Amino acid sequence: MNVSVVGQHEDRLAGILNSMSDQMVSREVVVGMPQGLHARPADQLAREARKWQSRIELLNNSQRVDGKSILEVLTLAAEAGTRLVVEVTGPDAHEALKAIGTLFDRNFNEQENNEGR
Amino acid sequence: MKFSDFVATDAIRSHVDAGTKEGVIREMSQSLVDAGSIAAADYESIVKAIMKREDLGSTGIGRGVAVPHTKHPSVSRLVGTVAVSHSGVDFESLDGEPVQLFFLLVSPPDRPGDHLRALENISRQLRDETFCRQLKSAKGPMDIRHLLEEADSHGVAS
Repeated sequence: MNVSVVGQHEDRLAGILNSMSDQMVSREVVVGMPQGLHARPADQLAREARKWQSRIELLNNSQRVDGKSILEVLTLAAEAGTRLVVEVTGPDAHEALKAIGTLFDRNFNEQENNEGR
Repeated sequence: MKFSDFVATDAIRSHVDAGTKEGVIREMSQSLVDAGSIAAADYESIVKAIMKREDLGSTGIGRGVAVPHTKHPSVSRLVGTVAVSHSGVDFESLDGEPVQLFFLLVSPPDRPGDHLRALENISRQLRDETFCRQLKSAKGPMDIRHLLEEADSHGVAS
């Protein structure tokens, strides 16, 4: 009983601390799809990004866009081979960055399908 | 890339009648045939390819905008057109909003860069809410044409 109460307190405390000091994490990703970061991956990216509380941004040199907006992501016009930085700030930053990074690492699951885009 | 680089002005429609995704795609593809941008013989195959692409995920990109598109070997350069539906059409967009503004693109299979730059231009210009609203409330194709020209001359060409 006591132990679980303490556990709850710790969880709550951790939550408060996290929101007080939003973590910022980032990593580099490479656009591996031959067609570049076109509409479908942009849609997948925004859908994934919207699952997370954190602010998710993509940087291409001096350009910085909101990863939760397909419209914004498409303004990157990132061709195959482009290196982008994903920057995530917020309480679930680590998990969010991992999820977004995985999408890029797996080429948005589009290797086999080179048809529609 | 500018709108004038890929939008067939004669194919612009300010009042699409269709109330479904496929209906809009058919109407816009037909307007490209009528404008001489695609061959009548390729119409059915292009519509099918665009619908097949929609099956992979909606091209509704939010803010009441959709960019139905496909690659097609029958075109040697990127061709596209713009249409407005005043009543709006359900396009299964990410934000769930009905779509009023459509940019349809048909690109040669070997030019992914052009396609990306067209998408970039469309999305960059549409971040301007006034531009977006003005397009959606266009009274005729000439209104749309002028708005696109204005965007081309003000925007930073890329």
